[in-house]
This record gives sequence, C-alpha cells and structure tokens, in this order.
Amino acid sequence: MKLLFNIAWTHVSARVRQTLVGMAGVAMGVGFTIMMAGLMQGSQIDFLRQLVDTMPHITVDDERRSVPTQPAEQEYAAVQMADIANVGKRPGIKYPESVMSSLRSWIPGDVAPSVTTSAIIDHGGARIGITLTGIDPRREVQVSKLAAQMREGKLDDLSRAPNGIIVGEALAEKLGVKTGNTVLLVGGQDTRLNSTVAGLFRSGLKRVDESQIYSLAGTAQLMMGQSGVVNQLRLRLNDPMSAQKVAAQVEAQTGYKSVSWQEANADLLSTFTVRDFIVLTVMGAMLLTSSFATYNIISTITHEKRQDIAIMKSLGMREYAVRRIFIIESIIIGVVGILFGWILGYLLCYGWSKITIFNPLTGTTVPLQIYYSAMHYVVAGGISLLCCAGAAYFPARKATRVHPVDIIRGAS
Amino acid sequence: MTEVALQAVELVRRIEGVVSHTLVNGIDLAVNKGEFVAITGPSGSGKSSLLYLLGLLDAPSEGEIMICGQPTSKLSETERADVRLTKCGFVFQFHFLLPEFTSLDNVLLPMRAAGRMTEGEMRERGLALLGSLGLGEHANKRPNQLSGGQRQRVAIARALANRPEIIVADEPTGALDTASTEQVFSILRDIADQGQTVVVVTHDPALAARADRRIHIVDGKIAEITERGGGELVCEMVS
Repeated sequence: MKLLFNIAWTHVSARVRQTLVGMAGVAMGVGFTIMMAGLMQGSQIDFLRQLVDTMPHITVDDERRSVPTQPAEQEYAAVQMADIANVGKRPGIKYPESVMSSLRSWIPGDVAPSVTTSAIIDHGGARIGITLTGIDPRREVQVSKLAAQMREGKLDDLSRAPNGIIVGEALAEKLGVKTGNTVLLVGGQDTRLNSTVAGLFRSGLKRVDESQIYSLAGTAQLMMGQSGVVNQLRLRLNDPMSAQKVAAQVEAQTGYKSVSWQEANADLLSTFTVRDFIVLTVMGAMLLTSSFATYNIISTITHEKRQDIAIMKSLGMREYAVRRIFIIESIIIGVVGILFGWILGYLLCYGWSKITIFNPLTGTTVPLQIYYSAMHYVVAGGISLLCCAGAAYFPARKATRVHPVDIIRGAS
Repeated sequence: MTEVALQAVELVRRIEGVVSHTLVNGIDLAVNKGEFVAITGPSGSGKSSLLYLLGLLDAPSEGEIMICGQPTSKLSETERADVRLTKCGFVFQFHFLLPEFTSLDNVLLPMRAAGRMTEGEMRERGLALLGSLGLGEHANKRPNQLSGGQRQRVAIARALANRPEIIVADEPTGALDTASTEQVFSILRDIADQGQTVVVVTHDPALAARADRRIHIVDGKIAEITERGGGELVCEMVS
C-alpha cells in the first residue's frame, strides 16, 4: 500500500495546478453543502420550535374519532340499526379533574384544562371570527409559553379586567385596539359580551396571532352558554417529540380524541419532508458536480500514464493494485478538499448567521437561523469522498484494462 | 542433465479480426537455465510477439508455455502477473522507467510490489544492483538526469531486482549508441554467465552471434537455429 501511495503522491504532486483545482472543487461542494444543510435545518428547527412553543403538544378534545358504539352492538353479535336518534349530550369532557389527575400520574409533563369555542370579535365596524380559549392562568404556565409571549400585560391581568381577554398583536393591529380597550364578543347562541383587552401576545405564527384570543375559563363558558364545562385538555410534554406516542396512549386511556402537534400540523410537516427531499437532491447534485473536477484530473492522469500503467502491469503488478493508485490519488484530492470544505462550510455558516432579514409580515428583523451539526460535516465529507472514489474508479478501470503489449508496441 | 528454464510447445498467437493474422505459428522451443538465447528476424517476423508470449505478457491462442516446468496456459491474469513479478525480468527497447521516481525507486518498484523483503533489505539490494552496473552515484537521480545507456542499465537493474529465473529483453540496445550497446550486451552476457536465463530479441547480427544460441524467425516460424558449441557455430536449417 505504501508503494501505491508513493506512486499516487508523485502523480498528484507533479500536477500542482490541476490538483489544486480538484481540491477547490471538492472544497466548494462540501462547504456549500454544509452551509445549505445548516441553513435549511436551522430554519426548520426554528419554525418547529415556534410551532411547539405556541401550541400545546397534545390537545384532548371532547370528541371521539369514530361513532360511539351503540348499547345494542355491545349486547348482540349482529345488529342492524337505522334512523338512530340524535341524543343531545352535554358537551365537554366528563369529570375533567379526575381525568387530569389520572393523566398527571404518568405523563412526562403537565396538563391544564381549557374551554375552546368560536366567536366573533366586533369592534369599530370590523367583525372577525376568532377562536376563544378559556384558560386557568395558574395552570396555563405549566402547559404553554403564553406567559413568555406576552408583549403587553400579564396572564394574571385576565382576572383583574372585567371579562378580560388577551389578544394577538396582529389581530389587535387589524382591529386597531390597545390594552385597556373594550371590544364586543359575539358567541354562537348570540351571546354578547363586552370584554376588556387585558394584554397582547405574539407567538410568531401569524395564523395564531391573527385568530386566537385567550380569556378566563369562566368567560369562555359564558360565551358557550355552558357553565362549568371543560371541552379541551392541553398537555405539555418534557420531550415534544414523544407527543405522538403519548397522544395515542392518552386516547386509549380516556377515549377522547387526542391530537399531537405533529398530527395537527401533518400537512405542514409533510411539506418539510418534500422540502428535505429537494434539499438533499440539490446537495447530492452539488457534491456529485464537485467530483467532476476529480474525474477530469484522474482521466487526464490515466491517459498520460498509460505507458507507466503498461510497465507496472508488465513488471507483475496486479491490475487492481494499479487501479488502486488512481483511486488513492482521488482520495488524496478528496480528503484535502474535504478538510478545506469543512473550514469553508463553517465560515459560510458563521457569515450567514450574521445576516438579518426583515419580515414585512411580522415587522421584525430576525437573523438567519443556522443549525451547527457535526453530522453535516461527516455526511458531506463522506458523500464527497465516495463521489471522488467513484469518479476515479471508472477512468482507472478503463485505463488499467489496457493490454500492456499494445502500449509497449505503440511506444516502440 | 540440463535444466529447462523456459519451454514453448506448439505455440501459436493469432489475432482474430475481419482478417485473421498469425503472429507466431507453431513454435517449439526449450531454453536451458543459464542459457543466452538471441531471437532474430526481419521486422514483422513475430520475434517480439514470441518474446511477449515467453515472458507471459501475452497469452497464446494455442500451445503451452512452461516456466521452470510450470504450465502457464491455464493461469488467471492475476497468477500470470505473479509469475511475471517473481520469475521474469523485462527489459524493453526504451527504458520505460517511471519518470517521477529516482533510479533507486525504479529498481525498488518490483521488490516493493512483491513485498518479500524489508525496506532496508530492498534498499540494500537496490543500491548493490545499481553499483554492480556502474550506477552507484546515480541512485538518486531521476531518469531525465541520466543518459540513454544509464537509463537502460537502470532498467536492467529493475529487471534483476526480484532475482528472476529468466530475463526477457526486447531489443534492449535498439535505441543506444555503440558504446552503450556494447556495455548493455556485456551486462546481459554476464547475467547469463552467472546462471540466469536470458532471452533477447535483437536486430544486430554481431550481438546475436555472441549468444549461446541464435533463433532466426521468419513469418512466425523458426527458420534457423545457430548454436555456439565448443566455440564453433553450428547452423541448423529448420524448415
């Protein structure tokens, strides 16, 4: 192997300019791939963090995924039913306190009750449909980041203001309301309630900030016309990524529809999968393209060294050993290129993290989120090395298949 | 009893194509250990083709080549490469040294490929070989720093590196001046005198006359064999 390395080294070191071009090609491919990976994953993680921070990790609603089993079906093996009468059941989760205490005993996190209903907010001639969530401020801090997302006022102000509500900044701007203003809430059964804006929040998700308002649970129950009802339990987990598994267990235990944040945002997450696929394809193409320079160099060297190949074979060196010389050359170019690519990638990531972008929708200036991961470096380096080895293999195989006699006769 | 180092039995080398062409046509030949054989013949007679077959650089279409009694026709390409590495040494008309390597590195190449000796032993043998061929002070020079004769002597040192049984040389003096030709031929003669078998293709009748046996090839067949027996030339017309 030392002999092969020596021969390979003499070949690449004798062509400094070509070798440097090859190394630069690999370095650019690896560097930009690392930057792209850091940027794409950084923005994705930032978005998911906002999503996870804004929403409860699991919501348990007073619904079931399928039609409840009828008593007759439980009694008999075969039943045919028609014209089943609608039974007006009181909405809400039955015995919410006992359900919550049962869940608290095993879930890795906390749970809080809430009352969710739709309403219309009527102010200054504008009527906007919103989701009103009634909360318990003392328990809410256990299950959401709402307290941290407050831009004006505090959660406790809900209790101090008459029929107090907390409104998203985007909605407040749309309505032209400020903290302390009074707005009219109109409920489903034409319930009308004058409410005071006790505070403003900003989650960072526009669709939430424009359509979500919070009140005390009692206020929301009043809007629903159902006093004492709790129609939603909101769970926050220590590990948000376990939400799907825990949601399934909660649903199995309670029978109520339990929706994890992943399920609630399945469409969004599926677009991430498509985006990831596109990004991986582009990055793979970048690395493959960068190895073309290596291919070019190895092709040139094998062409120039046909005579040497013939002589090495005639001396008794095996074909695969001679082939390995050119693969080693490619790996030398690849390894050095990858090392420079890692440095370039880090510098690009660092440089991009200093760039800030103004978001006209939120009116804020945010830095580009970069995710630094050793895995990006390892994967980009590994793929690049494989591409380099592959790029060398084919010209090397072709060159080493020549019959030494043909070359020697040609040279004589 | 004389030991046969190299034997060809009904050797045929044919190039198949639209028009088939026979380069070597049914040659039977046995070369004894320590014998110096010169192959002569006009251009295109098949003498180099025969040499490449004898040195296992090429594979025959028909027939058998035995090196030190070992049949080679059924060997794989890898096994043939191993035989070339250990039992045959090649010298070509042009030196064919690796240009980026020094003389010593070129001589070490077959030894390193064989991997039978330590680096120290290889260097010692490489320097000894170069020294014995008058190149001791050129060990660290690259081929482009040497004269034609010196390069060819380095090529001979490389051919001797693995102590092969047989040295195969294809017009080794074809590109040399008279003085270098004399020097190279004397070295090959010495090699044979020391017990290694030498088969050389040459156009030079004066040099061929100094071989133990001269085999004249015409149209891929042995036309004449001339032997130096007891200092006298004995000529046998084969066909």
